[in-house]
Amino acid sequence: MRHALPSLPAWLACGALLMASPAARTQSGDLTLPQKAVAGAALTVQTSGSGPATLYIVGTGAALRRQVQLGDAVSFAAGDLDIAGHYVAFLEHGGATDVGEFDVIPAAQPATLAFLAKPSRLSVDLHDGVSGAVYIFDAYHNLVLRPLPVSFQLSVPGGSTESRTVQSHDGAAWTQMNSSSREGAAKFVATAGNASSTRVIEQVPGDPCGLKMSAQPDGQKIALSTDPIRDCSGNPVPDGTIVTFTESFDGEQTTVDVPVKKDIAQAEVPAHAGARITVATGVVLGNEIRWAR
Amino acid sequence: MGRLIAIVIILATAGLVVIGTLWPIPTAAFYAGETSGPAHNWSTPQAAVQSVAHDFEGHHWAQAYASLDNKGQFTEQDLIRDLSGAQFSLRSFAVLEGFHVRPLHEADDRAKMQLQMHWSTVVGDFNDTRDVSVVRVGNMWKPVWPIVQEPHVPPQVIAVNYLRWDVIYRGGGDDWAAENVEGPHIKIVDMHPVERAAGVVVMGELLNEDVVPAYVHVEATLSAKNGKVLGSETSFDRISHLLLPKQVTPFFILFPNATLADVGSIQMQPTATLVAASADPVIEIQNQKLNPVPNPSLTGALVNQSGQTVNIAHVLGTFYDKNGQLVWVAESYIDRALLPQTPVPFTIPIPEDLARQISSERAVVSTYSSTDNL
Repeated sequence: MRHALPSLPAWLACGALLMASPAARTQSGDLTLPQKAVAGAALTVQTSGSGPATLYIVGTGAALRRQVQLGDAVSFAAGDLDIAGHYVAFLEHGGATDVGEFDVIPAAQPATLAFLAKPSRLSVDLHDGVSGAVYIFDAYHNLVLRPLPVSFQLSVPGGSTESRTVQSHDGAAWTQMNSSSREGAAKFVATAGNASSTRVIEQVPGDPCGLKMSAQPDGQKIALSTDPIRDCSGNPVPDGTIVTFTESFDGEQTTVDVPVKKDIAQAEVPAHAGARITVATGVVLGNEIRWAR
Repeated sequence: MGRLIAIVIILATAGLVVIGTLWPIPTAAFYAGETSGPAHNWSTPQAAVQSVAHDFEGHHWAQAYASLDNKGQFTEQDLIRDLSGAQFSLRSFAVLEGFHVRPLHEADDRAKMQLQMHWSTVVGDFNDTRDVSVVRVGNMWKPVWPIVQEPHVPPQVIAVNYLRWDVIYRGGGDDWAAENVEGPHIKIVDMHPVERAAGVVVMGELLNEDVVPAYVHVEATLSAKNGKVLGSETSFDRISHLLLPKQVTPFFILFPNATLADVGSIQMQPTATLVAASADPVIEIQNQKLNPVPNPSLTGALVNQSGQTVNIAHVLGTFYDKNGQLVWVAESYIDRALLPQTPVPFTIPIPEDLARQISSERAVVSTYSSTDNL
């Protein structure tokens, strides 16, 4: 059973003992400790002798106190000691103090993964465009330091799946992967043991390829419309992408920036026989039309 | 002694109040609204135009309207809308800082004066030049005001099926490792420093290469050849801050009093923030024309193709030489609101010494709209 933190005098005593000479911290015959304990697992400390005593167990971020009868075994239930690290045990009895040390190590099996995936949005077909880093934790949020295989999978619905397995090092594993040629919300999954974590990477179309427009007379205007605009992998560019139509005639110029709607961009410009009309989006140029009517 | 000083001060103050009330100086009376202007004079054409301009300056609309010869052709409200703007346009927030009257032509009973009005706003000043006819009526000269009627858009319904981007940001309860929405990816596609009389100018073009809208600005840092930082400046409003996907904006950064010979390197820091945005309104830039010296400029007309009124529009021009190299970036605010489907002219002045190098241009418009129109 876990107790409240010891009072200030007890802390001061513990601190004084920790700072005392190495000889004072050697394990005495009254206190038998395991060399290692697993975080969150039950723990038994054996004492010898007779009479009442107080057992303190102090580690990073945790301190336990128990009233014990010397000669009995002291049991700590599962979950009492759940923070991995180095611990010191003090057994106070009749004005004397026995000291022992032991380590609490993380559980062998990962329970949760902290998964950092970057970026959350990128263009299709980018080499090593996606990076993923995983930190492996046990059920008590201790970093699992022993090497473990971590698999990374990047997949788009209806597209191919890219997989990679990396050995963790000091509790962390990372990789870089290519974005696929298909746009969509890609699932990026990291798995270590029975633990897994998923991030969504939005794969968006790249720059338009083969931008082409056509023109039709519309009264005093020319109705301009592009063909469905797609990137070089055939993905339709998203709605809202700005397309610029420019009409040059007799030393004057008319431009309209219009957003793509349902794969195409449409605009109207004044009709002038001999006008030159161009189309562009971003740094990509499309075809040119000479209006003859 | 102290009591004597107090009495003297009280008497002096009372005396000054009486003098100021009985014989106020013209400027004070003008600003207090006591008179229509410090120099009301209708005896000459020039003085008549100056008098009416003084009334404009003091917002004495009724007196200004009453003094016009052609007031039967429009209402006082039309005059106010002409000069003070409507629809929360830039004119609505402008102050007439000063004016200058220049005679163009004068005869016995008819004259023509040029009135140059200098308006100031938070985004800089602009000039409004009107050629005003003046006619003699008895012993007085009366201006014939060249009214610019604010266009009226007939009642109608304009269907707008525009695109809009909204953003859901990361919440407090999300896993700490969960990423927020990725910021927009932008890129400087052109950059060119030049030295001008005002200092070093760093200009260029910025592309939103992403599929989401971006709120952008650019900061530049000049360093000397020994690495010492000479200064940092931002583009401030000389950029179109809102960039929709694949949109390009020019930017212009001025380092006053700097010289290019002292500069060893320039560090550019473009910044983009993901923001909610709308693709509406779409603005057509009609009849863009590069006008040669002696008054080099880019002129054209903006047409708001949407149904929403644009209160303030800002036109940025990027100018290139015959090889497509960037030569200059200039801008101009439009002082009138853009009503739906109504062309509004614009002029962007170009430095005379650069005008001969310019062979092509590209213009972009950024707009500011309020739903609380007048």
